[in-house]
Amino acid sequence: MATAGIQTNPDEFQERIDAGIKIEPKDAMPDAYRKTLIRQISQHAHSEIVGQLPEGNWITRAPSLKRKAILLAKVQDEAGHGLYLYSAAETLGVTREQMIEDLLAGKAKYSSIFNYPTLTWADIGAIGWLVDGSAIINQIPICRCSYGPYARAMVRICKEETFHQRQGFEIMLTLSRGTAEQKAMAQDALNRWWWPSLMMHGPSDKDSKHSAQSMKWKIKLFSNDELRQKFVDQTVPQAEFLGLTIPDKELKWNPERGHYDFGQIDWDEFQNIVQGNGPCNQERLQARISAHRDGAWVREAAAAYAQKHPRGARRSA
Amino acid sequence: MDNVLFEYLLRSGDNCLILSQRLSEWCGHGPVLEEDIALTNVALDLLGQARFWLSYAGEVEDAGRDEDKLAFLRDTRDFRNVLLVEQPSGDYAHTTARQFYFDAWHYLALGELSHSSDGRIAAIAEKARKEAAYHLERSVDWIIRLGDGTEESHHRMQCAADALWMYTGELFEMDEIDRAAEERGIGPNLTALRAPWRVQVERTFAEATLQVPAGQWMQRGGKRGVHTEKLGYVLAEMQFLQRAYPGSQW
Amino acid sequence: MSDWPLWEVFIRSQHGLAHKHVGSLHAPDAEMAIKNARDVYTRRNEGVSIWVVRSSDITASSPGDKEPLFDPANSKVYRYPAFYEVPKEIKNI
Repeated sequence: MATAGIQTNPDEFQERIDAGIKIEPKDAMPDAYRKTLIRQISQHAHSEIVGQLPEGNWITRAPSLKRKAILLAKVQDEAGHGLYLYSAAETLGVTREQMIEDLLAGKAKYSSIFNYPTLTWADIGAIGWLVDGSAIINQIPICRCSYGPYARAMVRICKEETFHQRQGFEIMLTLSRGTAEQKAMAQDALNRWWWPSLMMHGPSDKDSKHSAQSMKWKIKLFSNDELRQKFVDQTVPQAEFLGLTIPDKELKWNPERGHYDFGQIDWDEFQNIVQGNGPCNQERLQARISAHRDGAWVREAAAAYAQKHPRGARRSA
Repeated sequence: MDNVLFEYLLRSGDNCLILSQRLSEWCGHGPVLEEDIALTNVALDLLGQARFWLSYAGEVEDAGRDEDKLAFLRDTRDFRNVLLVEQPSGDYAHTTARQFYFDAWHYLALGELSHSSDGRIAAIAEKARKEAAYHLERSVDWIIRLGDGTEESHHRMQCAADALWMYTGELFEMDEIDRAAEERGIGPNLTALRAPWRVQVERTFAEATLQVPAGQWMQRGGKRGVHTEKLGYVLAEMQFLQRAYPGSQW
Repeated sequence: MSDWPLWEVFIRSQHGLAHKHVGSLHAPDAEMAIKNARDVYTRRNEGVSIWVVRSSDITASSPGDKEPLFDPANSKVYRYPAFYEVPKEIKNI
């Protein structure tokens, strides 16, 4: 699929982007554009796949059959989203195999939020409400990004994602209207997931190394700080409705700005988790390595069978 | 209370529930993304069926137990699933063998149940049969691919087929509940399903270059609540929240 | 998985429209590609028919030929109904 090597005039390329013309797989593109996209899309795909794990923890422990079905469907959607994104990246000339190898070798990044543990059922509510809430805010603009396959994958993902945040909020609502123990469980989950959710929008604009060029290329449409502010503004009233307290003493409405002011994010913690020092970095990666390694013989067998029996050769059942 | 009907519904519901629970262990850990998604669809189908059966069971019992009370607040001895479905997922060959043995039976059983004299059972079975047809197609496909894939996959598939074989006899066993259900036209003569099931197994294994296991001795007991040790752990995990916070809404 | 080729998936929705490209996936052969497409791309009742095509079997027009291929159609305005003048009093045409 890839046609690397076609020389592009960067000015002409930028003119196309500025004119809102989508870039498609076979189009000429600057190498840096291709590389940046591969990095961004594959990171996004890895986040979906690793993101299955913290919630997947609770599928077998979901407290009702309805919740179990919802959670199964949701975690399954995440696998689907990973698949759509790997496919989009593959149009740029990298294979899924290669991307997965990079992930398993610790060379590729994924969203750090998934390196926090899910300790109680309320964490499943908090993840849906806050983490998916943050993700949606980050993702909706990407539906309009300059690279066609990525934009189309995001349209599909955003469409499917809409139920994820709602189911999370519904869990939080049920808990906060439940027993005192349940409400405490919900508050505790909010306490633990609030700050990591704010970190999901990435480093502050002044420290974000990839931002400027990506915005020029329209593979990023809003700055990290803008997206973070949007998330805070929309989430605070939801927390109030739930009767839960956001763990930030500096959080308050600023009528002049028309936005909520909020406290300092612990970027030291963020950097450490990105570097691999989060509470679950190792087990998340290990889970992916095990799944991939234990599945190797299955993938090989299916490929071997297809080689032996070219299409149409059999029909049983 | 109509005890025959109640027991009969629990058996159907528990089979689907426990197998779904087992399959859902794979979600996020499958051998390849496409298969992770596909297997989760099977888990979701079975969970949906379990909910239909258990809800109906709760209504028949008329003692205030809904699907969740039945799923989360019964202990091991009160579960009525066959031993096959509670067996550990193991490697993908074990999961596939367990699924194939079950699907081949489930599809036949649902075909019969779709003619049940009980209209509600017939309706649930009719819907479930379409899902089971696809499950069977998939599991036949994987048995063949793994059996006739590589040397390693062939070996693993044969081991799994052999290991789970002793849990297949129970599927065709008729006890007093089954006989009473058959007399009332609620359910089929399960013994009569053995021959067509066997044909399916032989045909599939032949194509998969696998040997049909020769073992004669069959384990039994699940339908009466005498399970393998594994079920206790399945329930401990599944029921934890409802047990730890009794009476809460989720 | 390097041996599982990439397939492009086309789905026809319930509304009688033509098959539409929805995405891609990996599968060892066509049969499994259809099954995987069913499980991946019709989870929300999106379709009633599936086509799969090996990605490597698709021949695509080259982006470099865009002008010679597509620009000539721009000048053929007479292909559109609005090009023709129809008096107001004439109906059903």
